[in-house]
Amino acid sequence: MTVSEVDQPPQTTDDAQALAARCLALEERLDRLEAAQPEDKVAIVVFSGDLDKVLASFVIATGAAALGQEVSMFFTFWGLSVLKKQRKLEGKNLFEKMMATMSPSSSKQLPVSQMNYFGIGAKMLRKMMADKNVASLEEMIEMSQEMGVKMLACEMSRDVMGISEEELISGLEPAGVAAFLGESLRSRTNLFI
Amino acid sequence: MSEVTFDDELDARGLNCPMPLVKARKQIGSLDPGQVLKVVSTDRGSIKDFQGWAKIAANIELLAQETEAEDDQDLFLHYVKRVN
Repeated sequence: MTVSEVDQPPQTTDDAQALAARCLALEERLDRLEAAQPEDKVAIVVFSGDLDKVLASFVIATGAAALGQEVSMFFTFWGLSVLKKQRKLEGKNLFEKMMATMSPSSSKQLPVSQMNYFGIGAKMLRKMMADKNVASLEEMIEMSQEMGVKMLACEMSRDVMGISEEELISGLEPAGVAAFLGESLRSRTNLFI
Repeated sequence: MSEVTFDDELDARGLNCPMPLVKARKQIGSLDPGQVLKVVSTDRGSIKDFQGWAKIAANIELLAQETEAEDDQDLFLHYVKRVN
């Protein structure tokens, strides 16, 4: 159909019916396209348990939430250390105990990815941030929860590493890969940190 | 001095990214649509940050931005209007 044909008023009832059917088909297509549009959402995978990388993810998360975006953070593997409030060895098997002993017992124990030097580097970075009036990681975690940032804890890696739910902070949602994908597929921004 | 009139003021002096934005967002929620929040920041990055906020959020409008010298530091002023 050429443009001039479309501009013409329908000549016969057949033309009118064909046009109506085409409109309907286009409307359906538009609905499908609109449903598949990404939303004002940000999805972040926090895989790392390094203080500097985790800080970056929380600055982005709180910033995005302030901009009115819906934010979900999916914590997996070393990232689960960020959510720890305490270490509990009871009920763990040998490997789990080893893992727990060698992992940070809470967010306050996270190492930095460079120049850690057995935790001195992390302490130094925290001091430098406090001197420059940058919010601490713990303040940012609290702020994120206040602002409605969704925090999902990967159930599989939590189970593999033998981290019990009592070791983690409250307000978390247990989640699997599909729960994360459900968020990320509809998000405009996806980050893996 | 600015000609822009405002209804509320946020002192974000000394705060760093992302705090000026986070606090401004929180405070503008307590304003009525049409009212203006003045934000005073010492964070140089806040200039671009507030522009970015205005670009992304549909419910606010950035009326003006100014730089003012105070003692030995620069102050960055942002006038944000809540649209709805």
